[in-house]
Amino acid sequence: MTDQPNLSPDNLPILTRIQRSIQRESVAPIDDRSRMKLVMNSLVLHIHPAKVSKPALKLTYTFGLGGLLILLTAVLAVTGVLLLFVYTPSPDAAYKSMIALQTEVNFGNLIRNLHYWSGNLMVVVGVLHLLRVFYTAGFTRPREFNWVMGISLLLLTIAANFTGYLLPWDQLAYWAVTVGTSLLDYIPLIGEPLTRLLLGGPEVGAATLTNFYGLHIAVIPLAIFAIVSFHIWRVRKDTITQPRKISQEADKEKVTTIPHLVSLELVFALVWLALLITWSSFINAPLEEAANPAHSPNPAKAAWYFMGFQELLLHFHPVFGAIIIPGLGLLAMILLPYLDQDMATTGIWFRSLRGRVLTGLSFFLGIVGVFGFVWLDEFYLDFPGWLPFLPSSISNGWVPLAAILLLLIGYYELLKVLGSRTCEARQALFTLLLASFATLTFVGIFLRGEGMALILPWG
Amino acid sequence: MTENKISRKDIINLGWGAAGLLAITELSLAGLSFLSPRKSEGEFGGLFNLGDANQYPAGSVTPVEAGRFYLVRLSEGGFLAMYRRCTHLGCAVPYDPSSGKFVCPCHGSEFTMDGDVQNEPAPRPLDLFPLSINEAGEIEVDTSSPIERHQANSDQVVNI
Repeated sequence: MTDQPNLSPDNLPILTRIQRSIQRESVAPIDDRSRMKLVMNSLVLHIHPAKVSKPALKLTYTFGLGGLLILLTAVLAVTGVLLLFVYTPSPDAAYKSMIALQTEVNFGNLIRNLHYWSGNLMVVVGVLHLLRVFYTAGFTRPREFNWVMGISLLLLTIAANFTGYLLPWDQLAYWAVTVGTSLLDYIPLIGEPLTRLLLGGPEVGAATLTNFYGLHIAVIPLAIFAIVSFHIWRVRKDTITQPRKISQEADKEKVTTIPHLVSLELVFALVWLALLITWSSFINAPLEEAANPAHSPNPAKAAWYFMGFQELLLHFHPVFGAIIIPGLGLLAMILLPYLDQDMATTGIWFRSLRGRVLTGLSFFLGIVGVFGFVWLDEFYLDFPGWLPFLPSSISNGWVPLAAILLLLIGYYELLKVLGSRTCEARQALFTLLLASFATLTFVGIFLRGEGMALILPWG
Repeated sequence: MTENKISRKDIINLGWGAAGLLAITELSLAGLSFLSPRKSEGEFGGLFNLGDANQYPAGSVTPVEAGRFYLVRLSEGGFLAMYRRCTHLGCAVPYDPSSGKFVCPCHGSEFTMDGDVQNEPAPRPLDLFPLSINEAGEIEVDTSSPIERHQANSDQVVNI
């Protein structure tokens, strides 16, 4: 500016003045100072700091999972708005809209596939993002509450998926939502009225479709938008944790956000967009025949992300399978960052060498343990039969729950006795439960056949 | 502050706070009741008249599709109106005439003809709808609210 004193706004050509009135900074700055200024003064870019930690840019640290979630949200918003123009939320018309998408609407299948796959992928990526933060201790002070917000975002993502699941109004949708909402029925006292409110009546019907539609297109997206804004703002304020190797200090080097982070993000987004479109061009979202409330399929399964809970329900009294065990798990997840004050290991994968070994071991134990338990329970264990004088809430609830809790506490105490630090033992316990839940979900999805009987892969 | 006296400002602030709380409560209650399920007559949730009781033979199960229940006449002659929703996870339970049982296709629960659990995972017998026989000898079933029961017994059976 200083060497061009004649370029006061009055002397500029009108087109330049219009352009400057919209975008004040140069869009392609060449020196670091103006690059930082551009980030600071831009509505979109200022979700980033002007400078970022160089080692944290490494793809093998964050894997870009948070960014991928934002991309998926954007894809879902765009394809979702497009679908709104085709879809009618009534039992008579909903399924016809699905058929129209497949047969009449240009690119109807592609848009629906993109929406379906992005939504499902979002649940997976959300869980991976949570695990990345957990295993690099990214939730320790001062980031505790951001962890809690992340959990609520994951729950909202699942709610968005679940409400969207009903909208095609096919057999899959109808019965998965019937089974899924019936899980809520088991909450003592408030379960029944809550389910009635959600369904708009005693069963899944026209009112349920309207309710789920409203939740899916307005309530949940707005809630996600609000919390995500807060979530990202907190990341911006607290900065991202810095990766480091065991017994090394973190590399403090910083680089400007433009171009180092922004160009990486754009390339990452483009590659993922290409993957999503390719996948959605070839693999169709499922659509079965129109919903028939008189005829349940065999077996009737909940949506895949609820299959862990449905599998739990096969082994425990319903109040335990649907409420107490998942509730305890959720409570433990929320409290994790407030109990864990070991910030010295933040940024180190699995906290230490021992942490890595224990994580691997616990993961293995969880898988083997749950497969063993499912197999034993299918053919040999029969608490209600052995304890016929007790109500099933005790024989099939408190008794096995107490046994499992004792095993977990024993495992934790054993690790402590063998010299693990608290955070390592806790991480091992988390891993054990994670592997158990993943295995239950796997068994529920792949190893349950007619009448939910166990199908053994070897015959 | 040393005086233990409530100033005029405190009272006004308290008033505003109370008014705000009242407004939130009213709006929440109005919203909740706005969202509460509606009941429509003549559909599931309403009253069903199934005609003369004697046309149903003993030991028969008659599905009433619109009412989502089965009219069961036990071999002893008594009637039950049984909700077809499985008490386990809400699947529609079909009647299997060959075995005389209700067998849930979803998760394998089995119920006897009077709705008692013969095979888990169902936690309780099939729910009932209130059934009455009017002066003309016709069966009336009210589907507005199912009755949960923990055990099937003869008190629940309606006789002519």
